[in-house]
Amino acid sequence: MTQLALVIDLNVCVGCHACVTSCKEWNTSGPAGTMCDDNPYGESPTGTFFNRVQTYEVGVFPNTETVHFPKSCLHCEDPPCVPVCPTGASYKRENDGIVLVDYDKCIGCRYCSWACPYGVREIDEHEKVMKKCTLCVDRLYDESLPEAERKPACVMACPTSARLYGDVHDPESEVSVAIRENGGYALMPEWGTKPSNHYLPRRKTRLHIHEDELQRADNPLTKEQREHAAPVEGPILDDTTSW
Amino acid sequence: MHPAFSVVFLTTLIGVGQGLFLAVFTGQSYSAVELLPTEDSVMFYGTGAMIALGFLVAGLIASVFHLGRPERAWRAATRWRTSWLSREVIALPAVMGLVFIYAIMHYFGWDTVIFTSSTGARLQATLVVGTLGAVATFALFLCTGMIYAAVKFLQEWATPLTVINYLLLGTMSGFTLAVAFASYTAPDLVGFFAVWTTIITVAAFITRMASLIRNNNIKYKSSMQTALGIRHSQIQQKSMGFMGGSVNTRDFFHHKTLMFMKNIKWIFILLVFPIPLFFMWMGINSGNSNVMLTAFIIQYIGLLAERWFFFAQANHPQNLYYQTVG
Ligand code: SF4
Ligand code: SF4
Repeated sequence: MTQLALVIDLNVCVGCHACVTSCKEWNTSGPAGTMCDDNPYGESPTGTFFNRVQTYEVGVFPNTETVHFPKSCLHCEDPPCVPVCPTGASYKRENDGIVLVDYDKCIGCRYCSWACPYGVREIDEHEKVMKKCTLCVDRLYDESLPEAERKPACVMACPTSARLYGDVHDPESEVSVAIRENGGYALMPEWGTKPSNHYLPRRKTRLHIHEDELQRADNPLTKEQREHAAPVEGPILDDTTSW
Repeated sequence: MHPAFSVVFLTTLIGVGQGLFLAVFTGQSYSAVELLPTEDSVMFYGTGAMIALGFLVAGLIASVFHLGRPERAWRAATRWRTSWLSREVIALPAVMGLVFIYAIMHYFGWDTVIFTSSTGARLQATLVVGTLGAVATFALFLCTGMIYAAVKFLQEWATPLTVINYLLLGTMSGFTLAVAFASYTAPDLVGFFAVWTTIITVAAFITRMASLIRNNNIKYKSSMQTALGIRHSQIQQKSMGFMGGSVNTRDFFHHKTLMFMKNIKWIFILLVFPIPLFFMWMGINSGNSNVMLTAFIIQYIGLLAERWFFFAQANHPQNLYYQTVG
Protein backbone atom coordinates (compact mmCIF):
# COMPACT_ATOMS: atom_id res chain seq x y z
CA MET A 1 0.00 0.00 0.00
CA THR A 2 1.15 3.48 -0.76
CA GLN A 3 1.66 6.12 1.91
CA LEU A 4 2.60 9.46 0.45
CA ALA A 5 4.42 11.78 2.83
CA LEU A 6 7.04 14.42 3.27
CA VAL A 7 10.48 14.14 4.78
CA ILE A 8 11.81 17.39 6.17
CA ASP A 9 15.50 17.81 6.61
CA LEU A 10 16.14 20.03 9.62
CA ASN A 11 19.79 20.04 8.72
CA VAL A 12 19.04 21.90 5.53
CA CYS A 13 16.03 24.09 6.29
CA VAL A 14 17.03 27.74 6.54
CA GLY A 15 13.64 28.98 7.74
CA CYS A 16 12.87 31.09 4.66
CA HIS A 17 9.10 30.43 4.75
CA ALA A 18 8.99 29.85 0.99
CA CYS A 19 7.00 26.66 1.60
CA VAL A 20 4.53 28.59 3.78
CA THR A 21 3.79 31.20 1.17
CA SER A 22 3.70 28.87 -1.80
CA CYS A 23 1.40 26.52 0.13
CA LYS A 24 -0.99 29.33 0.91
CA GLU A 25 -0.82 30.65 -2.64
CA TRP A 26 -1.56 27.31 -4.24
CA ASN A 27 -4.25 26.24 -1.83
CA THR A 28 -6.07 29.53 -1.56
CA SER A 29 -6.42 29.68 -5.35
CA GLY A 30 -7.67 26.14 -5.69
CA PRO A 31 -11.14 24.82 -6.42
CA ALA A 32 -11.69 24.12 -2.69
CA GLY A 33 -12.07 27.82 -2.03
CA THR A 34 -9.98 30.45 -0.35
CA MET A 35 -8.17 30.12 2.95
CA CYS A 36 -9.13 33.04 5.12
CA ASP A 37 -6.65 35.85 5.57
CA ASP A 38 -7.67 38.70 7.83
CA ASN A 39 -5.68 41.89 8.17
CA PRO A 40 -2.87 40.61 5.97
CA TYR A 41 -1.10 43.97 6.04
CA GLY A 42 -2.54 45.23 9.33
CA GLU A 43 -1.40 45.13 12.87
CA SER A 44 -2.28 41.56 13.73
CA PRO A 45 -2.66 39.50 10.60
CA THR A 46 -4.33 36.14 11.11
CA GLY A 47 -5.62 33.43 8.87
CA THR A 48 -5.61 29.80 7.93
CA PHE A 49 -2.36 28.15 6.96
CA PHE A 50 -1.65 24.51 6.22
CA ASN A 51 2.02 24.85 6.93
CA ARG A 52 4.00 26.94 9.40
CA VAL A 53 7.73 27.35 9.93
CA GLN A 54 8.80 27.84 13.50
CA THR A 55 12.17 28.63 14.98
CA TYR A 56 13.78 27.19 18.07
CA GLU A 57 17.02 27.80 19.87
CA VAL A 58 18.68 24.72 21.27
CA GLY A 59 21.29 24.97 24.00
CA VAL A 60 22.62 27.81 26.13
CA PHE A 61 24.66 30.70 24.81
CA PRO A 62 27.32 30.49 23.47
CA ASN A 63 26.66 26.86 22.61
CA THR A 64 23.39 27.41 20.82
CA GLU A 65 21.99 26.22 17.60
CA THR A 66 19.04 27.59 15.65
CA VAL A 67 16.58 25.03 14.38
CA HIS A 68 13.96 25.99 11.83
CA PHE A 69 11.06 23.66 12.07
CA PRO A 70 8.39 23.42 9.35
CA LYS A 71 5.17 21.85 10.62
CA SER A 72 2.12 20.64 8.73
CA CYS A 73 -0.22 17.66 8.91
CA LEU A 74 1.89 14.54 9.23
CA HIS A 75 -0.68 12.30 7.51
CA CYS A 76 -0.47 9.83 10.36
CA GLU A 77 -0.81 6.14 9.59
CA ASP A 78 -3.05 5.82 12.63
CA PRO A 79 -4.62 9.27 12.68
CA PRO A 80 -6.51 10.04 15.91
CA CYS A 81 -8.28 12.90 14.13
CA VAL A 82 -10.24 10.57 11.84
CA PRO A 83 -12.29 8.25 14.11
CA VAL A 84 -13.46 11.14 16.30
CA CYS A 85 -15.13 12.99 13.44
CA PRO A 86 -18.91 12.61 13.87
CA THR A 87 -19.69 13.24 10.22
CA GLY A 88 -17.04 11.27 8.40
CA ALA A 89 -15.78 14.52 6.88
CA SER A 90 -12.32 13.73 8.19
CA TYR A 91 -10.96 10.65 6.43
CA LYS A 92 -7.84 8.84 5.35
CA ARG A 93 -7.58 7.75 1.75
CA GLU A 94 -7.08 4.04 1.23
CA ASN A 95 -5.04 4.31 -1.94
CA ASP A 96 -2.35 6.79 -0.92
CA GLY A 97 -2.78 7.39 2.82
CA ILE A 98 -3.48 11.11 2.55
CA VAL A 99 -5.67 12.43 5.39
CA LEU A 100 -8.27 14.85 4.07
CA VAL A 101 -11.31 16.85 5.16
CA ASP A 102 -14.41 16.86 3.01
CA TYR A 103 -15.35 20.55 3.22
CA ASP A 104 -18.89 19.78 2.07
CA LYS A 105 -19.56 17.45 4.99
CA CYS A 106 -17.67 19.14 7.83
CA ILE A 107 -19.90 20.79 10.42
CA GLY A 108 -17.03 22.73 12.01
CA CYS A 109 -17.32 21.11 15.43
CA ARG A 110 -13.53 21.32 15.96
CA TYR A 111 -13.40 17.93 17.64
CA CYS A 112 -10.75 16.67 15.22
CA SER A 113 -8.50 19.62 16.02
CA TRP A 114 -8.67 18.64 19.67
CA ALA A 115 -7.78 15.12 18.68
CA CYS A 116 -4.63 16.02 16.75
CA PRO A 117 -1.69 16.30 19.15
CA TYR A 118 0.33 18.35 16.66
CA GLY A 119 -2.00 21.32 16.28
CA VAL A 120 -2.02 21.26 12.50
CA ARG A 121 -5.77 21.45 11.90
CA GLU A 122 -7.01 24.99 11.65
CA ILE A 123 -10.64 25.93 11.35
CA ASP A 124 -11.31 28.47 8.64
CA GLU A 125 -12.98 31.32 10.50
CA HIS A 126 -14.84 32.42 7.38
CA GLU A 127 -15.91 29.16 5.79
CA LYS A 128 -16.39 27.58 9.22
CA VAL A 129 -14.96 24.25 8.20
CA MET A 130 -11.83 22.46 9.30
CA LYS A 131 -8.82 22.81 7.05
CA LYS A 132 -5.43 21.22 6.94
CA CYS A 133 -2.64 20.16 4.62
CA THR A 134 -3.91 18.10 1.69
CA LEU A 135 -0.40 17.19 0.52
CA CYS A 136 -1.56 19.11 -2.57
CA VAL A 137 -3.68 16.18 -3.59
CA ASP A 138 -4.91 18.37 -6.44
CA ARG A 139 -1.42 18.49 -7.95
CA LEU A 140 -0.25 14.92 -7.40
CA TYR A 141 -2.52 13.28 -9.97
CA ASP A 142 -3.08 16.22 -12.32
CA GLU A 143 -2.06 14.99 -15.73
CA SER A 144 -2.15 18.49 -17.17
CA LEU A 145 0.91 19.31 -15.10
CA PRO A 146 4.34 18.22 -16.30
CA GLU A 147 5.35 15.12 -14.40
CA ALA A 148 8.09 16.91 -12.48
CA GLU A 149 5.52 19.28 -11.04
CA ARG A 150 3.17 16.61 -9.74
CA LYS A 151 4.28 17.14 -6.17
CA PRO A 152 3.30 19.39 -3.30
CA ALA A 153 3.72 23.13 -3.81
CA CYS A 154 5.95 23.40 -0.73
CA VAL A 155 8.36 20.81 -2.11
CA MET A 156 8.54 22.69 -5.40
CA ALA A 157 9.19 25.97 -3.60
CA CYS A 158 11.90 24.94 -1.16
CA PRO A 159 15.13 26.57 -2.36
CA THR A 160 17.34 24.27 -0.31
CA SER A 161 15.55 21.01 -1.08
CA ALA A 162 14.89 20.50 2.61
CA ARG A 163 11.54 18.93 1.71
CA LEU A 164 11.43 15.54 0.10
CA TYR A 165 8.24 13.93 -1.11
CA GLY A 166 7.41 10.33 -1.89
CA ASP A 167 6.01 6.98 -0.81
CA VAL A 168 7.33 6.06 2.61
CA HIS A 169 6.08 2.49 2.21
CA ASP A 170 8.27 1.85 -0.79
CA PRO A 171 11.62 0.91 0.76
CA GLU A 172 13.56 2.11 -2.28
CA SER A 173 11.94 5.53 -2.59
CA GLU A 174 14.01 8.65 -2.03
CA VAL A 175 12.13 9.37 1.19
CA SER A 176 12.51 5.88 2.61
CA VAL A 177 16.21 5.88 1.88
CA ALA A 178 16.58 9.29 3.50
CA ILE A 179 14.70 8.15 6.61
CA ARG A 180 16.69 4.94 6.81
CA GLU A 181 20.12 6.33 6.15
CA ASN A 182 19.90 9.72 7.79
CA GLY A 183 18.15 8.92 11.02
CA GLY A 184 14.63 10.04 10.10
CA TYR A 185 12.28 10.19 13.06
CA ALA A 186 8.62 10.82 13.90
CA LEU A 187 7.21 13.56 16.15
CA MET A 188 5.64 12.68 19.51
CA PRO A 189 6.00 8.93 19.09
CA GLU A 190 4.45 8.51 22.55
CA TRP A 191 0.92 8.78 21.17
CA GLY A 192 1.18 5.94 18.69
CA THR A 193 -0.12 8.05 15.82
CA LYS A 194 2.63 6.77 13.51
CA PRO A 195 3.17 9.97 11.57
CA SER A 196 4.03 9.37 7.92
CA ASN A 197 5.98 12.60 7.61
CA HIS A 198 9.44 12.23 9.04
CA TYR A 199 12.12 14.66 10.09
CA LEU A 200 15.83 14.32 9.50
CA PRO A 201 17.90 15.51 12.44
CA ARG A 202 20.60 18.15 12.47
CA ARG A 203 23.88 16.56 11.56
CA LYS A 204 27.28 17.98 12.49
CA THR A 205 30.03 17.84 9.93
CA ARG A 206 33.13 17.32 12.00
CA LEU A 207 36.71 17.22 10.77
CA HIS A 208 38.79 14.69 12.62
CA ILE A 209 42.50 15.39 12.36
CA HIS A 210 44.68 12.70 13.73
CA GLU A 211 48.21 13.36 14.89
CA ASP A 212 49.41 11.06 12.13
CA GLU A 213 47.97 13.45 9.62
CA LEU A 214 49.88 16.42 11.03
CA GLN A 215 53.14 14.62 11.10
CA ARG A 216 53.51 11.83 8.59
CA ALA A 217 54.42 8.62 10.30
CA ASP A 218 56.27 7.58 7.19
CA ASN A 219 58.18 10.83 6.83
CA PRO A 220 61.50 9.64 5.36
CA LEU A 221 63.43 12.16 7.42
CA THR A 222 62.05 10.69 10.64
CA LYS A 223 62.61 7.23 9.37
CA GLU A 224 66.22 7.78 8.63
CA GLN A 225 66.57 9.63 11.88
CA ARG A 226 68.24 12.50 10.15
CA GLU A 227 68.21 15.63 12.20
CA HIS A 228 68.09 19.12 10.75
CA ALA A 229 71.27 21.04 11.21
CA ALA A 230 71.19 23.29 14.24
CA PRO A 231 70.31 26.93 13.46
CA VAL A 232 73.31 28.95 12.41
CA GLU A 233 74.48 31.58 14.83
CA GLY A 234 75.06 35.12 13.52
CA PRO A 235 73.80 36.87 10.39
CA ILE A 236 72.63 34.82 7.46
CA LEU A 237 71.93 35.80 3.90
CA ASP A 238 68.27 36.57 4.60
CA ASP A 239 69.20 39.19 7.12
CA THR A 240 71.13 41.25 4.66
CA THR A 241 69.41 40.85 1.35
CA SER A 242 66.01 41.90 0.37
CA TRP A 243 64.53 40.19 -2.60
CA MET B 1 -8.11 24.39 26.22
CA HIS B 2 -10.13 27.50 25.59
CA PRO B 3 -13.51 27.01 27.26
CA ALA B 4 -16.14 27.68 24.60
CA PHE B 5 -19.23 29.07 26.26
CA SER B 6 -21.51 27.11 23.99
CA VAL B 7 -20.05 23.86 25.29
CA VAL B 8 -20.01 25.05 28.91
CA PHE B 9 -23.74 25.77 28.65
CA LEU B 10 -24.49 22.65 26.63
CA THR B 11 -22.94 20.27 29.12
CA THR B 12 -24.31 21.96 32.24
CA LEU B 13 -27.82 22.47 30.88
CA ILE B 14 -28.31 18.93 29.64
CA GLY B 15 -26.84 17.74 32.95
CA VAL B 16 -29.63 19.51 34.82
CA GLY B 17 -32.25 18.20 32.40
CA GLN B 18 -31.00 14.62 32.67
CA GLY B 19 -30.73 14.85 36.46
CA LEU B 20 -34.18 16.33 36.88
CA PHE B 21 -35.72 13.64 34.71
CA LEU B 22 -33.94 10.95 36.72
CA ALA B 23 -35.26 12.55 39.92
CA VAL B 24 -38.85 12.70 38.71
CA PHE B 25 -38.66 9.16 37.42
CA THR B 26 -37.09 7.93 40.67
CA GLY B 27 -40.03 9.49 42.49
CA GLN B 28 -42.46 7.63 40.28
CA SER B 29 -40.70 4.28 40.53
CA TYR B 30 -40.62 4.52 44.33
CA SER B 31 -44.35 5.23 44.31
CA ALA B 32 -44.96 2.27 42.02
CA VAL B 33 -43.66 -0.03 44.72
CA GLU B 34 -45.46 2.07 47.29
CA LEU B 35 -42.42 3.43 49.05
CA LEU B 36 -43.60 6.96 48.27
CA PRO B 37 -47.06 8.45 47.81
CA THR B 38 -48.16 8.80 44.20
CA GLU B 39 -48.07 12.38 43.00
CA ASP B 40 -50.30 14.22 40.65
CA SER B 41 -49.54 13.08 37.11
CA VAL B 42 -49.93 16.47 35.50
CA MET B 43 -48.53 18.70 38.22
CA PHE B 44 -45.52 16.68 39.23
CA TYR B 45 -44.48 13.96 36.76
CA GLY B 46 -45.74 15.69 33.63
CA THR B 47 -44.54 19.19 34.49
CA GLY B 48 -41.30 17.92 35.97
CA ALA B 49 -40.45 16.02 32.80
CA MET B 50 -41.40 19.07 30.74
CA ILE B 51 -39.03 21.28 32.74
CA ALA B 52 -36.31 18.66 32.22
CA LEU B 53 -37.08 18.75 28.50
CA GLY B 54 -36.76 22.54 28.60
CA PHE B 55 -33.21 22.24 29.94
CA LEU B 56 -32.32 19.64 27.31
CA VAL B 57 -33.65 21.87 24.54
CA ALA B 58 -31.76 24.86 25.94
CA GLY B 59 -28.60 22.73 25.92
CA LEU B 60 -29.22 21.71 22.34
CA ILE B 61 -29.64 25.34 21.34
CA ALA B 62 -26.38 26.23 23.10
CA SER B 63 -24.59 23.45 21.20
CA VAL B 64 -25.65 24.93 17.87
CA PHE B 65 -23.49 27.96 18.61
CA HIS B 66 -20.47 25.70 18.80
CA LEU B 67 -20.89 24.42 15.25
CA GLY B 68 -19.49 26.28 12.29
CA ARG B 69 -22.11 24.75 10.01
CA PRO B 70 -25.15 23.88 12.14
CA GLU B 71 -27.28 23.36 9.05
CA ARG B 72 -25.33 20.18 8.39
CA ALA B 73 -25.63 18.93 11.97
CA TRP B 74 -27.70 15.91 10.92
CA ARG B 75 -24.57 14.46 9.33
CA ALA B 76 -23.08 14.18 12.80
CA ALA B 77 -25.25 11.16 13.53
CA THR B 78 -23.52 9.06 10.88
CA ARG B 79 -20.25 8.03 12.53
CA TRP B 80 -21.55 6.47 15.73
CA ARG B 81 -19.35 3.45 15.18
CA THR B 82 -16.19 5.37 16.00
CA SER B 83 -17.06 8.79 17.39
CA TRP B 84 -18.39 9.50 20.88
CA LEU B 85 -19.51 12.89 19.62
CA SER B 86 -21.65 11.18 17.04
CA ARG B 87 -23.06 8.87 19.71
CA GLU B 88 -23.97 11.90 21.78
CA VAL B 89 -25.69 13.43 18.79
CA ILE B 90 -27.89 10.33 18.69
CA ALA B 91 -28.37 9.94 22.44
CA LEU B 92 -29.45 13.54 23.06
CA PRO B 93 -32.53 13.51 20.79
CA ALA B 94 -33.32 10.00 22.03
CA VAL B 95 -33.42 11.27 25.62
CA MET B 96 -35.43 14.31 24.56
CA GLY B 97 -37.93 12.16 22.68
CA LEU B 98 -38.42 9.73 25.56
CA VAL B 99 -38.73 12.51 28.13
CA PHE B 100 -41.28 14.19 25.88
CA ILE B 101 -43.33 11.00 25.49
CA TYR B 102 -43.10 10.41 29.23
CA ALA B 103 -44.39 13.93 29.93
CA ILE B 104 -47.19 13.68 27.36
CA MET B 105 -48.36 10.32 28.73
CA HIS B 106 -48.60 11.85 32.18
CA TYR B 107 -50.41 14.95 30.91
CA PHE B 108 -53.06 13.02 29.09
CA GLY B 109 -53.24 10.20 31.59
CA TRP B 110 -52.26 7.54 29.02
CA ASP B 111 -51.14 5.33 31.78
CA THR B 112 -52.53 1.85 31.51
CA VAL B 113 -51.49 -0.50 34.25
CA ILE B 114 -49.75 -3.29 32.40
CA PHE B 115 -49.29 -5.57 35.35
CA THR B 116 -50.13 -5.69 39.06
CA SER B 117 -48.18 -7.94 41.36
CA SER B 118 -49.72 -9.84 44.25
CA THR B 119 -48.14 -7.33 46.66
CA GLY B 120 -49.92 -4.47 44.91
CA ALA B 121 -46.95 -3.09 42.96
CA ARG B 122 -48.12 -1.70 39.62
CA LEU B 123 -46.28 -1.65 36.34
CA GLN B 124 -47.59 1.31 34.39
CA ALA B 125 -46.93 2.22 30.78
CA THR B 126 -45.22 5.43 31.91
CA LEU B 127 -42.82 3.38 33.98
CA VAL B 128 -41.74 1.45 30.89
CA VAL B 129 -41.16 4.65 28.93
CA GLY B 130 -39.47 6.20 31.97
CA THR B 131 -37.12 3.24 32.29
CA LEU B 132 -36.15 3.58 28.64
CA GLY B 133 -35.65 7.29 29.25
CA ALA B 134 -33.44 6.60 32.26
CA VAL B 135 -31.32 4.15 30.27
CA ALA B 136 -30.95 6.70 27.48
CA THR B 137 -30.08 9.35 30.06
CA PHE B 138 -27.25 7.24 31.45
CA ALA B 139 -26.07 6.52 27.92
CA LEU B 140 -26.03 10.25 27.25
CA PHE B 141 -23.94 10.90 30.35
CA LEU B 142 -21.54 8.22 29.15
CA CYS B 143 -21.30 9.75 25.67
CA THR B 144 -20.77 13.27 26.99
CA GLY B 145 -18.06 12.12 29.37
CA MET B 146 -16.36 9.91 26.80
CA ILE B 147 -16.12 12.76 24.27
CA TYR B 148 -13.53 14.21 26.64
CA ALA B 149 -12.17 11.07 28.25
CA ALA B 150 -11.45 9.50 24.86
CA VAL B 151 -8.90 12.09 23.74
CA LYS B 152 -5.91 10.37 25.24
CA PHE B 153 -3.39 13.18 24.97
CA LEU B 154 -5.62 15.59 26.87
CA GLN B 155 -4.33 13.84 29.94
CA GLU B 156 -6.46 15.83 32.41
CA TRP B 157 -9.53 14.34 30.74
CA ALA B 158 -8.35 10.88 29.83
CA THR B 159 -9.63 9.14 32.95
CA PRO B 160 -12.83 7.32 33.96
CA LEU B 161 -13.26 10.07 36.55
CA THR B 162 -14.34 12.38 33.73
CA VAL B 163 -17.34 10.19 32.92
CA ILE B 164 -18.16 9.69 36.60
CA ASN B 165 -18.03 13.42 37.21
CA TYR B 166 -20.34 14.21 34.31
CA LEU B 167 -22.77 11.64 35.63
CA LEU B 168 -22.66 12.73 39.27
CA LEU B 169 -22.52 16.50 38.73
CA GLY B 170 -25.40 16.40 36.25
CA THR B 171 -27.54 14.17 38.45
CA MET B 172 -26.71 16.29 41.47
CA SER B 173 -27.87 19.53 39.84
CA GLY B 174 -31.07 17.86 38.63
CA PHE B 175 -31.86 16.54 42.11
CA THR B 176 -31.17 19.95 43.67
CA LEU B 177 -33.69 21.40 41.25
CA ALA B 178 -36.08 18.54 42.02
CA VAL B 179 -36.08 19.54 45.69
CA ALA B 180 -37.19 23.06 44.85
CA PHE B 181 -39.65 21.80 42.26
CA ALA B 182 -41.16 19.30 44.70
CA SER B 183 -41.53 21.99 47.34
CA TYR B 184 -43.84 23.85 44.95
CA THR B 185 -45.75 20.89 43.56
CA ALA B 186 -45.35 17.83 45.78
CA PRO B 187 -44.20 18.87 49.27
CA ASP B 188 -44.22 15.31 50.63
CA LEU B 189 -41.34 14.41 48.30
CA VAL B 190 -39.02 17.20 49.45
CA GLY B 191 -37.43 15.14 52.20
CA PHE B 192 -36.88 12.18 49.88
CA PHE B 193 -35.17 14.29 47.23
CA ALA B 194 -33.18 16.23 49.81
CA VAL B 195 -31.61 13.04 51.15
CA TRP B 196 -30.72 11.84 47.67
CA THR B 197 -29.37 15.28 46.74
CA THR B 198 -27.14 15.22 49.80
CA ILE B 199 -25.84 11.74 49.02
CA ILE B 200 -25.15 12.53 45.36
CA THR B 201 -23.56 15.87 46.22
CA VAL B 202 -21.17 14.22 48.65
CA ALA B 203 -20.35 11.53 46.09
CA ALA B 204 -19.78 14.15 43.39
CA PHE B 205 -17.59 16.15 45.76
CA ILE B 206 -15.41 13.11 46.38
CA THR B 207 -14.98 12.21 42.71
CA ARG B 208 -14.41 15.80 41.59
CA MET B 209 -11.80 16.27 44.30
CA ALA B 210 -10.22 13.00 43.22
CA SER B 211 -9.90 14.30 39.67
CA LEU B 212 -8.45 17.61 40.90
CA ILE B 213 -5.85 15.77 42.95
CA ARG B 214 -5.08 13.46 40.05
CA ASN B 215 -4.63 16.40 37.71
CA ASN B 216 -2.36 18.19 40.14
CA ASN B 217 0.09 15.33 39.90
CA ILE B 218 -0.05 14.69 36.20
CA LYS B 219 3.15 13.79 34.41
CA TYR B 220 2.93 14.97 30.83
CA LYS B 221 4.03 12.46 28.27
CA SER B 222 4.89 15.03 25.63
CA SER B 223 7.66 17.54 26.00
CA MET B 224 9.60 19.96 23.87
CA GLN B 225 12.00 17.08 23.24
CA THR B 226 9.38 14.70 21.85
CA ALA B 227 7.55 17.48 20.03
CA LEU B 228 10.64 18.43 18.04
CA GLY B 229 12.59 15.21 18.34
CA ILE B 230 15.66 17.06 19.58
CA ARG B 231 17.53 15.63 22.51
CA HIS B 232 18.54 18.61 24.58
CA SER B 233 17.25 19.84 27.90
CA GLN B 234 17.40 23.48 26.81
CA ILE B 235 15.04 24.23 23.97
CA GLN B 236 13.48 27.63 23.57
CA GLN B 237 10.99 28.69 20.99
CA LYS B 238 12.00 31.88 19.21
CA SER B 239 9.18 32.11 16.71
CA MET B 240 5.89 30.28 16.21
CA GLY B 241 5.86 31.32 12.60
CA PHE B 242 3.44 34.25 12.85
CA MET B 243 2.77 37.22 15.07
CA GLY B 244 -0.95 37.98 14.92
CA GLY B 245 -2.24 34.79 16.51
CA SER B 246 -4.10 31.91 14.90
CA VAL B 247 -6.62 29.26 15.76
CA ASN B 248 -3.76 27.48 17.51
CA THR B 249 -3.23 30.32 19.96
CA ARG B 250 -6.94 31.08 20.40
CA ASP B 251 -8.56 27.66 20.71
CA PHE B 252 -6.16 25.77 22.91
CA PHE B 253 -5.39 28.06 25.79
CA HIS B 254 -7.52 29.93 28.31
CA HIS B 255 -5.36 33.10 28.37
CA LYS B 256 -5.94 33.65 32.09
CA THR B 257 -3.45 34.00 34.89
CA LEU B 258 -2.51 31.23 37.27
CA MET B 259 -4.11 33.28 40.03
CA PHE B 260 -7.41 33.39 38.17
CA MET B 261 -7.31 29.62 37.68
CA LYS B 262 -6.67 29.07 41.38
CA ASN B 263 -9.49 31.39 42.40
CA ILE B 264 -12.03 29.92 40.06
CA LYS B 265 -11.21 26.48 41.39
CA TRP B 266 -12.02 27.47 44.95
CA ILE B 267 -15.08 29.42 43.85
CA PHE B 268 -16.56 26.44 42.06
CA ILE B 269 -15.78 24.06 44.89
CA LEU B 270 -17.72 26.33 47.27
CA LEU B 271 -20.57 27.18 44.91
CA VAL B 272 -21.19 23.64 43.72
CA PHE B 273 -20.96 21.63 46.92
CA PRO B 274 -21.34 23.16 50.42
CA ILE B 275 -23.28 26.37 49.75
CA PRO B 276 -26.20 24.81 47.80
CA LEU B 277 -26.49 22.03 50.38
CA PHE B 278 -26.61 24.64 53.11
CA PHE B 279 -29.28 26.70 51.34
CA MET B 280 -31.29 23.60 50.49
CA TRP B 281 -31.47 22.39 54.08
CA MET B 282 -32.09 25.95 55.32
CA GLY B 283 -34.98 26.23 52.88
CA ILE B 284 -36.37 22.88 54.00
CA ASN B 285 -36.11 23.78 57.67
CA SER B 286 -37.84 27.10 57.17
CA GLY B 287 -40.25 25.70 54.59
CA ASN B 288 -39.23 28.38 52.11
CA SER B 289 -39.34 27.13 48.50
CA ASN B 290 -37.57 30.19 47.15
CA VAL B 291 -34.52 29.44 49.28
CA MET B 292 -34.46 25.92 47.85
CA LEU B 293 -34.62 27.38 44.35
CA THR B 294 -31.78 29.74 45.29
CA ALA B 295 -29.75 26.67 46.22
CA PHE B 296 -30.20 25.36 42.69
CA ILE B 297 -29.35 28.70 41.06
CA ILE B 298 -26.16 29.03 43.11
CA GLN B 299 -25.20 25.49 42.23
CA TYR B 300 -25.81 26.08 38.54
CA ILE B 301 -23.59 29.17 38.57
CA GLY B 302 -21.00 27.08 40.38
CA LEU B 303 -21.30 24.41 37.70
CA LEU B 304 -20.65 26.98 34.99
CA ALA B 305 -17.42 27.83 36.81
CA GLU B 306 -16.67 24.14 37.26
CA ARG B 307 -17.12 23.44 33.56
CA TRP B 308 -15.07 26.48 32.60
CA PHE B 309 -12.29 25.18 34.82
CA PHE B 310 -12.64 21.67 33.43
CA PHE B 311 -11.91 22.92 29.93
CA ALA B 312 -9.29 25.48 30.92
CA GLN B 313 -7.33 22.96 32.95
CA ALA B 314 -6.77 20.57 30.06
CA ASN B 315 -3.37 21.16 28.58
CA HIS B 316 -3.14 20.29 24.91
CA PRO B 317 0.26 19.05 23.68
CA GLN B 318 -0.03 21.34 20.64
CA ASN B 319 0.65 24.24 23.01
CA LEU B 320 4.26 23.07 23.08
CA TYR B 321 4.55 24.46 19.57
CA TYR B 322 2.99 27.82 20.43
CA GLN B 323 4.90 29.46 23.22
CA THR B 324 6.53 32.59 21.84
CA VAL B 325 5.38 35.23 19.44
CA GLY B 326 8.25 36.33 17.25
S1 SF4 C 1 -0.92 15.26 11.99
FE1 SF4 C 1 -2.82 15.64 13.09
S2 SF4 C 1 -4.29 16.16 11.49
FE2 SF4 C 1 -2.56 15.17 10.47
S3 SF4 C 1 -3.15 12.99 10.37
FE3 SF4 C 1 -1.91 13.25 12.23
S4 SF4 C 1 -3.42 13.61 13.83
FE4 SF4 C 1 -4.48 13.95 11.89
S1 SF4 D 1 -14.57 19.89 12.50
FE1 SF4 D 1 -15.32 18.85 10.64
S2 SF4 D 1 -13.74 17.36 10.12
FE2 SF4 D 1 -13.38 18.00 12.24
S3 SF4 D 1 -14.46 16.50 13.51
FE3 SF4 D 1 -15.89 18.18 13.19
S4 SF4 D 1 -17.04 17.59 11.35
FE4 SF4 D 1 -15.23 16.27 11.41
